[in-house]
Amino acid sequence: MKLTRPVDPSPRTRPAARVLRCGGRSVRWRGRSLVVGLGATALAVVLGVLAIGGGDYPMSPADVLRTLTGGGSPAEDFIVGELRLPRLVTALAVGAALALSGAILQSLVRNPLGSPDVLGVTQGAATGALIVVVAGGGTLLLSGAALLGGLATGLLLWAVVGRHGLHGYRLVLVGIGTTAILTGVNGWLLTRAPLMDAARAVLWLTGSLDGRGGAQAVPLLGLLALLTPVVVGTARALSLIELGDDTATALGVPVSLVRQLLLGAAVLLAAGAAAAAGPVSFVALVAPHLARRLTRAPGPNLAAAAGTGAVLLLAADLAAQRAIDGHQLPVGVVTGLIGGAYLVWLLAARRRAARI
Amino acid sequence: MTQESRLGGVGLTLAYDRRVVARDLSVAVPDRSFTVVIGPNACGKSTLLRALARTLRPAAGTVLLDGRDIHSLRSREVARTLGLLPQSSVAPEGITVADLVARGRYPHQGLLRQWSTEDERVVTGSMAATGVGELADRPVDELSGGQRQRVWIAMALAQQTSLLLLDEPTTYLDVAHQIEVLDLCARLHEEQGRTLVAVLHDLHHAARYATHLIAMRDGRVVAQGDPREVVTAALVEEVFGLPCRIVEDPETGTPLVVPRARRGRQSGPVTAG
Repeated sequence: MKLTRPVDPSPRTRPAARVLRCGGRSVRWRGRSLVVGLGATALAVVLGVLAIGGGDYPMSPADVLRTLTGGGSPAEDFIVGELRLPRLVTALAVGAALALSGAILQSLVRNPLGSPDVLGVTQGAATGALIVVVAGGGTLLLSGAALLGGLATGLLLWAVVGRHGLHGYRLVLVGIGTTAILTGVNGWLLTRAPLMDAARAVLWLTGSLDGRGGAQAVPLLGLLALLTPVVVGTARALSLIELGDDTATALGVPVSLVRQLLLGAAVLLAAGAAAAAGPVSFVALVAPHLARRLTRAPGPNLAAAAGTGAVLLLAADLAAQRAIDGHQLPVGVVTGLIGGAYLVWLLAARRRAARI
Repeated sequence: MTQESRLGGVGLTLAYDRRVVARDLSVAVPDRSFTVVIGPNACGKSTLLRALARTLRPAAGTVLLDGRDIHSLRSREVARTLGLLPQSSVAPEGITVADLVARGRYPHQGLLRQWSTEDERVVTGSMAATGVGELADRPVDELSGGQRQRVWIAMALAQQTSLLLLDEPTTYLDVAHQIEVLDLCARLHEEQGRTLVAVLHDLHHAARYATHLIAMRDGRVVAQGDPREVVTAALVEEVFGLPCRIVEDPETGTPLVVPRARRGRQSGPVTAG
């Protein structure tokens, strides 16, 4: 029998959800979630201006804003429009896609460790990319192979656990096994690659936004645009699946269908993000946690997670470019450091709260 | 009792993968009854309830809701008629009572109809009916077992279904909370005219609260009907393999099962009180 903590005698007062009604229609939202969303947007703008202003050709925030609104010199237009803005958009899209994927998976498997890294999707993408590296293929082919590798891993998971096993520990355990196997395969592929290619592959495996731009951002944005309606349409059902499959079924959710749709969406998002920037670690795991702490709302918090992920990756990329003078780190190194530290802190905090 | 029935199963074969739990099982839940299903462990009573609630698809046979195959109906449509309190549910970390109960409104909502005044009224009413109104803003994970079970029942009530299935609603509760939950069920049945189907472990509770009793063993219905007629020493021996005598519950007059004492421990004739 579990001991319950002594309860607070005074019920805490908390602003209830707000409702906007118009005729027979009604939309419900929480003030705090709205503030988090607006805050994330504002932070993204500030960080974005800073990111665009930095580099070998520094620009003041005023110059950046002037250029963005169409008043820049041809040189500024080229630097912002062709180089820095596409990279910025890629960072935001990769962060949002990873965080959304992680938030969906954490809800689906009802486990805070559910993320594409843990389930092997990211490693599958890496395997695809490494095969291209060994075969001597180019960047575009590498991205395509990464996407295919991630998708293939998703299909493999689905085939192994079966239609009825797409929940809880079964998926996590099969995912961990898949990750282990693929990590081995990836190591073997690296040893097969010529030295120069192996160095390029290792950089890719860390996750980097170096040289990424429109060619990566556009397909990923397309994927996000395609999947957003699916995710929005099933988000409420997902918050019920969190209560257990039987409860969700009793409430009228076609659980099997929703689970397959969302698993597919999560795999696509993670594979798409990996195809664009390589397997950037920890964002998918950490961003949904952070979003939930910020909004204090129960449930998947998908929009807040996507916003948090986008800002997190942008901030990490900014830090990666500026932290060490004259040295650019791959963004994956920074997210790894931040994410790892956050995870350790989280575990310690939860331990103090006697939750684990 | 009227023999009209809105929910039942015909020729059901119930199985988990290849393990068959029941074969050619037919049951009918009398309309507006408080039906209780009893039977020893692994007799298939929870499996039957799950089939009736469409969380388990029968390998053969049909579950009928208002005369139609329940699996041919839209899931959301069924959810407006038939509610279920499963054996185990998961409360997401940090969710408040009001938020959890509000999720029971899902089958009545849509993407552009997320929170009507009707939703508000029903959720408040459901929390009041189960006595958890005062706890509305408290996180569910801070509540006691009895309080938590009442919150889950409130969520099922907010679904506003005329049929409500409960799978062992008293498990893990101490005796006072068990009675509290069953009294609540009886009130829902009598005052709101809902049809309730519950799987219970305790024979005494079953006999006391049920208006219609279904006794199962090895995936078969052994007996069903008014508990005063169904609960006999012979039936309890047949269903549970338990030698017993039946006395009258001094509070309600319903049958009270008293297991036979171990040989050598009899203390003569049983006296009342």
